[in-house]
Amino acid sequence: MSLLEIKNLKTYFFTTKGIVRAVDDVSLSLNKGEILGLAGESGCGKSTLAYSIIRLIPPPGKIVSGKILFEGEDILSYTEEEFRSKIRMKKISMIFQGALHGLTPVYTVGYQLLEVFKYHSDIEETKAKEIITETVKLVGLDPTILRRYPHELSGGQKQRIMICMSILLKPPLVIADEPTTALDVVVQAQILNLLKELQAKFNMSMILITHDLSIIAELADKVAIMYAGKIVEYANSMDLYKDPLHPYTQKLIRSIPRLKEDISKLEFIPGLPPDLRNPPSGCRFHPRCPFAMEICKKVEPELVEIKPNHFVACHLYTK
Amino acid sequence: MTKQIVTAFNIKKYFQIRRGVWGAIRRLPILYAKAVDNISLAIYEGETLALVGESGCGKTTLGRLILKLIDLTEGYIFFEDILVNDLEKEELKSYRRKVQIIFQDPYGTLDPRYTIGATLEEPLIIHKITKSAAERTEIVSKILEEVRLIPPDEFMRRYPHQLSGGQRQRVAIAKALILNPKFIVADEPVSMLDVSIRAEILELMKSLKEKFNLTYLYITHDLSTARYISNRIAIMYLGKIVEIGPASKVIDEPLHPYTQALVSAVPEPNPENKFKMREIKIIGEIPSAVFIPPGCRFHPRCPYAMEICKKVEPELVEIKPNHFVACHLYSGNKRYQETIQIPEKFVDMVKVSSSSNK
Repeated sequence: MSLLEIKNLKTYFFTTKGIVRAVDDVSLSLNKGEILGLAGESGCGKSTLAYSIIRLIPPPGKIVSGKILFEGEDILSYTEEEFRSKIRMKKISMIFQGALHGLTPVYTVGYQLLEVFKYHSDIEETKAKEIITETVKLVGLDPTILRRYPHELSGGQKQRIMICMSILLKPPLVIADEPTTALDVVVQAQILNLLKELQAKFNMSMILITHDLSIIAELADKVAIMYAGKIVEYANSMDLYKDPLHPYTQKLIRSIPRLKEDISKLEFIPGLPPDLRNPPSGCRFHPRCPFAMEICKKVEPELVEIKPNHFVACHLYTK
Repeated sequence: MTKQIVTAFNIKKYFQIRRGVWGAIRRLPILYAKAVDNISLAIYEGETLALVGESGCGKTTLGRLILKLIDLTEGYIFFEDILVNDLEKEELKSYRRKVQIIFQDPYGTLDPRYTIGATLEEPLIIHKITKSAAERTEIVSKILEEVRLIPPDEFMRRYPHQLSGGQRQRVAIAKALILNPKFIVADEPVSMLDVSIRAEILELMKSLKEKFNLTYLYITHDLSTARYISNRIAIMYLGKIVEIGPASKVIDEPLHPYTQALVSAVPEPNPENKFKMREIKIIGEIPSAVFIPPGCRFHPRCPYAMEICKKVEPELVEIKPNHFVACHLYSGNKRYQETIQIPEKFVDMVKVSSSSNK
């Protein structure tokens, strides 16, 4: 049984200017101990997907349809009270973009970590403080940091605190939303090493969300590429990088500047991601696709298994 | 020998830390954040020099000093053969036509209440370049085409919130170009954009450089984009340049332990990386610019620190052709400073102040 199974999830935002179909019929699964990388440009729906799993979609957003099965249970059917006490932070937690806005400036770091226990578990305060101290050391920080306020911390320290927060209750699934944005490259490498260590130590499952395919390569076992609310390619990390099938994936990989090579010209994807209130007909990528055919403008391609465990939604492969 | 377009000589910028009234009463010592701590640098016409370093190393401060957005604590900055230190009013205004800046944040640098057209027109109006609105519209239109925001009349009428991050950054580039400058400081122009958009913007910057004969100072913490766009790379750490040389050499054969750490920390889209931990030989984070370690300021984090490193600050010397490093692991004879030419008429002035500093 998979740890997490998402089936045909749709999360829409009902705005005054139209319905934004942020997550539009997405299915994927994750096994225990696996790391799934969810990649795509800004606005493709990856964060919305993450927030849907942990049920923190702000209005006017709503999960419209679909199923989310966690350890076999349909957690979408839980009430908010049930979800908060049984699932959030306990079974599924999230590492927010801490360096930017995951911590409130008015409380000490220690206080904010304690809140996790207050709202999501029955563990009493003394024991909670012990766990906090242990976990803070685990993420490479000195427990004296607990008395500090967020503004006294560096970007790297804040991100470590966010990671600490997400593993306090030892949840089997952690969702990391752009965990290294705004961090310097050496600190980023340290954070990625930390995530690898923790994952190995606790056999944590993770969903790593980022637009940066280099970071995904460092951590993920499986990768899902999202475009305009849909998954366009889904494969094992090795297969995806060695043999990307979808034209969008190919372009994404080729647009990354390489440190050790002198490239004369970087490839990029012309145009912009579509307006999710009114996405293009047929395949949503067709206006920007170098291989677009007639059928691409009319019929939306389905996510089909082209090679073992390698799925792609593209008419180039389904004839 | 290519002309030196920007020259910085022994420059320092120290920011005083406020001690407040209570601090003054108690006579606490005045503390300074030494953002730029004795740097000399030559930028040559037509090149792209990348200034690479992590947050807090002083690279943004250095960029702003060249633009005279802030003033020097000590030292000299020359643009061609003009002394930038003393520029004021009309002369400063005329300097600003030659030297421009592209900022990092596409969401913060455009006034949300102005249309793109109005924002782009502004420099033309301030510098009294054109005689009529029609002329201005024509120039704005052309520049929008150059940065590939087409059709220009449509983009002129839009407001920043109607543009994507990448489009806004194109507007920032257009604004930097509209006065026809010779030198542009690009301060992290693509860091806040998605990786796939960065390629587009970098390509654009490269082609504009060729077309308009520009010189760039490209400030970034991202070594990969630095390699892609630059001819030379200078690595900054806590207010000093620790290594400078040809871009590919600094990355493929990094000399300074800090450069080596930066290079080894960059993630690559190679799925085999999943199976190993990245070896980061340096520990901890950058210390504050207020309490700079003695001797070599990198020594507390350096895996190869020796006794001398704790006491003596190393000089930037040539180790390989045009490749300089400041590190006691190496010994060289030619100091980087010797390669910098001071404009003829200021040579004596600089000599006098240097000797009085000893």
